[in-house]
This record gives sequence, structure tokens and C-alpha cells, in this order.
Amino acid sequence: MTTATEAPVAAPIQAPGGGEPLLRTEGLRVHFPITQGLILERRVGAVRAVDGVSLEVHRGETLGLVGESGCGKSTFARAVIRLVDATEGRIFFDGTDVTALSGDGLRRMRRRMQMIFQDPYASLNPRMTIGSMLAEPLSVHGIASGAEARHRVERLIETVGLPRNAVNRYPHEFSGGQRQRAGIARALAVQPEFIAADEAVSALDVSIQAQIINLLADLQREFDLTFLFIAHDLSVVRHISDRIAVMYLGEVVELSPSKQLYDQPLHPYTVALVSAVPIPDPKVETRRKRMILRGDVPSPANPPSGCRFHTRCWLRRELGDPERCVVETPELRQLRPGHGVACHFAEELMGERRGQLTTAAADHSDARTTDDEEAVGPTDIEPPPDPLDLLPGDATQH
Amino acid sequence: MTTPAATVGTIPEDRPVGLWTDALRRMRHSPAALIGGTIVGFFVLIAVFAPFLAPYDPRIGSLAESYLPPNAEHWFGTNVQGQDVFSRIIFGSRLTLGIAVLSVVLGVAVGATLGSVAGYFRGWVDALIMRSVDIMLSIPGLLFAIAVVSWLGRGIIQIAVAIAIVNVPIFARLLRGSLLSLRDADYVVAARSVGVRGPALLLRHMLPNAIGPLIVQATLALATAVVDAAALGFLGLGPPDPRTPEWGMMLSDTYRYLNDAVYLAFFPGVAIVLSVLGFNLLGDGMREALDPRLRR
Repeated sequence: MTTATEAPVAAPIQAPGGGEPLLRTEGLRVHFPITQGLILERRVGAVRAVDGVSLEVHRGETLGLVGESGCGKSTFARAVIRLVDATEGRIFFDGTDVTALSGDGLRRMRRRMQMIFQDPYASLNPRMTIGSMLAEPLSVHGIASGAEARHRVERLIETVGLPRNAVNRYPHEFSGGQRQRAGIARALAVQPEFIAADEAVSALDVSIQAQIINLLADLQREFDLTFLFIAHDLSVVRHISDRIAVMYLGEVVELSPSKQLYDQPLHPYTVALVSAVPIPDPKVETRRKRMILRGDVPSPANPPSGCRFHTRCWLRRELGDPERCVVETPELRQLRPGHGVACHFAEELMGERRGQLTTAAADHSDARTTDDEEAVGPTDIEPPPDPLDLLPGDATQH
Repeated sequence: MTTPAATVGTIPEDRPVGLWTDALRRMRHSPAALIGGTIVGFFVLIAVFAPFLAPYDPRIGSLAESYLPPNAEHWFGTNVQGQDVFSRIIFGSRLTLGIAVLSVVLGVAVGATLGSVAGYFRGWVDALIMRSVDIMLSIPGLLFAIAVVSWLGRGIIQIAVAIAIVNVPIFARLLRGSLLSLRDADYVVAARSVGVRGPALLLRHMLPNAIGPLIVQATLALATAVVDAAALGFLGLGPPDPRTPEWGMMLSDTYRYLNDAVYLAFFPGVAIVLSVLGFNLLGDGMREALDPRLRR
């Protein structure tokens, strides 16, 4: 394909609609040092959990963040909330640089940004009743005390749909779904504008997942919330997100409006992820071809050179292993309005050769799965509720 | 907050069950805890009511009646000084339990404080405390206690302090470990994210969840304290008054006559073994009841 559409953009990819984002990160890096030695700890390396992420989340928007386990999506969320410190880069919340805050400034900022945790069994203090857990943020921030606090706690409990007598109960008396509601109530207690939901439904049953997602959607409408919604389940993210960012080894590889990402992903990694989502139709499911990623996710302590995905990239293989992927790190380029891709050869997937390439790659990877080398599919992807017509082979079949 | 979501699920209307209530209920179903608790309770009762239970004064003997085997008047016999062994064992339980409890309370207080400071502040404070703890742990406990007693001088309080000092590093290390793992627990991170800081974070969110293993260890430490106290007494480092009815001293008083009067060593020995067993069983039962992984 031509390189005419290749127009590198300096600023982060804008959401359609634009405006001043509520949250903006600039080249955010979170590296965890690896040390050696008992007395004199020497730094021998770093796990690059998040490695240069620039994203924007707009007011009232839900930005989905997907990727395999260990790709840095949770660390990104925690860095944004300032639960882990950024190694490099800046985080702006409503124009304020959060990375520069400490002490009371940070505490005040925490009223505005909250987090919902993944495991409802680990995120509630087992020694505290739901009531005292919800009252705590109110007193910490001096929002309310005494009767007013009690009243607020009751309303919170009502808002998230927990039974009234939950106030005096301990977490172990609740089911997983109820606990997650309690966690959501805690996040809402300080009346935040922004909530990072870190795999908020991954630990729940599918039926409960739907309830919680609907609750989050209702709350978003009611309280005008902005969400950063992290998940490894593509179908969940698609349901709730306006835009989706795909992360691989600490970097954003694709950023696009949600529908576009599913209909025509442009990064070979996203293509493989989406193709691996099972389709709940046995006829289609047996006939269609999946693109199977080979090999393990490389270690974030020692990421591959150039494009981090080149070690597992099917597109690179189909294109005859171009050297550019190993040498040059791809920038996130805006190829369509609001759709950024970090791949040197993403244009190959925009034109008529797309069908040819994906089919060939799927053929190759399917044929190779019988090799002694075990194929490793994208991990953590769970079945979605509805079919996706991505590979050309599927499009004709429903 | 105008439109409440539909209430999902219900929870039974009965009294809320706290964690401690729950742990206590589980302990009632654990044979180990029951037997251990009974034995410990038995010794506590004996210690409390010693003056009413003991038929003779444990310190006063009559040489005319020395060396008697167990009989109707002296159930456990008499020793060389003619003191009633039964009365001495009853009064000895006061000393033994007193030393054990005092030493563990002191040990937990100091050890837990050091452990909290190390686990909470980390950095060089942690390094300093934990390296000292490592050094203390490298010295055999009893040897260390002997050294401390010879430094502080003989006496009941001194013995308790010596045993407490031996216990301090154990509790410090235990609590520090729990706190370190709790620092990254989701609910502690969640508390930080809603703005809880400093002492409130430690006292409300971390310590209450780290205290379970500490209680178990404290109960087990009572058992070792009984043994250590007896060992110090046996080695001649017990209270300076030789008439003191301390179980370890009673053992050491009699070992020269072991060939002729086994019963003199038998009864204090049984008392020591039984109380140690009681504390150990109770500790094991508590471990089961408080272990979060074993909760229903």
C-alpha cells in the first residue's frame, strides 16, 4: 500500500468531538526496579510495566483498556490514581499535573478520582463493616459526619442496590456480586468525577457481570462519571466503552472508537485478539479460521527491540519478515479519524489485501498448531455474547 | 442519588456475625482448642484458688516428715525439706503462669511495636530493626535467656523479662511480615485511594488483619515460656529464695534423689508437660479458627 496516508501525529490521538480532556497522560512510564544483593541493593534492571503511554480520557467518556495479563493496564490505572508512582511522564487531571502532587494536594485530588478493584474478595477489609468502610472516606475528607454521614452511607448502599441492613454487615457475609457493589459504593462515597475500573467484573459470574456493568452504566449517566474501564474480555469492553485502547507490553498499540476497533482493527495484534473471540454459533465456529499467536509474551523486563510485537507478529511473517520491525519502534499514527495504530505496515490492512493477508495468516497458524511446538493463543479472552464478523471467511456465513 | 438500583439478593436478618465471634464459634468445634482450653483453664483455676486448694504452706516443711512417698496426708509426697509437694505444685502454677503471661505480654508489646515500625516505615528503619532481630535470633533462646538473667540478676520479674527479650524478635519478624504483605493488599490500597493515611491506615486497616497470626504465636509462646522458666529454675537461675515453689527448681532440687524417690521429679514434670501441652493445643486450635484460608 501507499505511504500517502502515513501522517504521524505528535499529540495523542484525539477522540472525535475533541475538547479539553479530563485526564491526559504524556509518555507515562512505570518501571519497577529489579535489584540484587542483600546489603547493597544493586539495580540490575527494570520491569517496564508501562512504557510510554499517552492517552486522553474525555469528560463523560468511557475509555476501554484491553490487553493480555501483564501488559501493564492495571499498573497504568494505578499510576493514574497515584497508587504507584510514575517513573517518567506526566498525568494531567483537569489541567492539574497529578504527578507533582503530594500531601494534602494529593488527598484533595483523590476525592475526584477513584478506583474499583478486580477481586471483590480482596478489596474489602474483612474487619470492617460495610457501614464503617463507607463512612471512612466521608470523615477522611470532612464531607460529612454523625447523622449526616449515616444518612449518606444509607443512600450509597441504596444507590448500588445493596440491602439496607448491609450497613452493619461484614464483607464475608456477602456474595461476590454484592461485595463488588460495596466496592463501587466506596468509590462513589467521595463523589468522584473519574473512576478507574480495574477488571471490575472479571472475577464475577457472567450473569453477575451483566448486572454490574449495567449498574456502572446507570451510575455513569446519573453522576456524570468518566470511566477508565480495564478488562481482558473484549466483549465486556466493547459493550461499555466509547473508545478502546489496546495495550501490548506496556505500550498502546491501537486506539480507536469502539465499533471501528471491532469492525476493522488495524494492528496485527488486535486483529489476532479479535479473531480469537469465539462465536456462539457452532456452524460458524467450526468453519472459521482463527489467528493463533505463537510463543509467549516476551518479558517486560527485556522487551524486544523495534516493534515489541515483532516476535509474534503474523503480519510481519506474511510480509516476509521486514527488517524495519526489528530496528524501528513504530509510533502511534492516526490512520483514520480518531483511530491510531502503532504498526509500520498497518496500511497493508486497510486496503483489498487485508482479506488475502488475514486468510493466509490464519491458514498458516492453523496448519502450524499441529507442530510439536505448542501454539499459544491470546490468553484471558473470554467468550462474548454476540458474533463478530472479522475474518473474511466469516462474513459470508451470517 | 435519586434512583436507587434494584436491590440484589438479601442477607439474613439475624445478628451480624463479626470475625471474632465467628472464630470463637469455630474454636468451640475444634477438639484441639477444646482440650487445650480445658487444660489451660484448669491451671488458671488452680493458680487463682491456690490458697484454698493447697493443704499446706508450700514454703514451710517439717524435717521430721521429709522424704515421704505419696500417702493420704501428702498426696504427692514430701521433699527433702519435708515440704508438701502437692501444695508446692499448686502454688507453683501461680509462678509459672505469671512468668509466662508477663513475658509474653512484654514480648508482644515490644516485638509488635518494633515489627509495626519496621513493616510500616520500611527503608533504613526496617533494615536496622530487622538486622538486630536477625542477630538476636541467631543466639539460642535459652542461652540468651541465661545471659540476660545473669545480667539482670535472679528474680521472678527478671526471668519474665529475659524470656520476653527472647520473644521480641519472633513477634517483630512475624508482624513485620504480615504488614509487608498487607501493604499491597487490595483493601489497603483501596483505603489509600479514598484518602486514608498514616496511623489510621496502620491501625484500622493493617493491624487488625495482621493480629491473627500474632495471637496464635503468643499462645504458642506461652508454652515455650513455661519450659524456659522451668529450665532457668532447673539451672539454678530461678528466684533467689530456695523455698520458692517453682516447678523447674523443684525438679532440680530432687534430681539427686531420683534413684530413691522418683515421685519427687514425676509430679513437677507432669505439671510442666501438661501446661505446655495445654498451651500448644490451644494455640493450634486458634490457628485453625483464625486462619482466613480455612474460613467457610
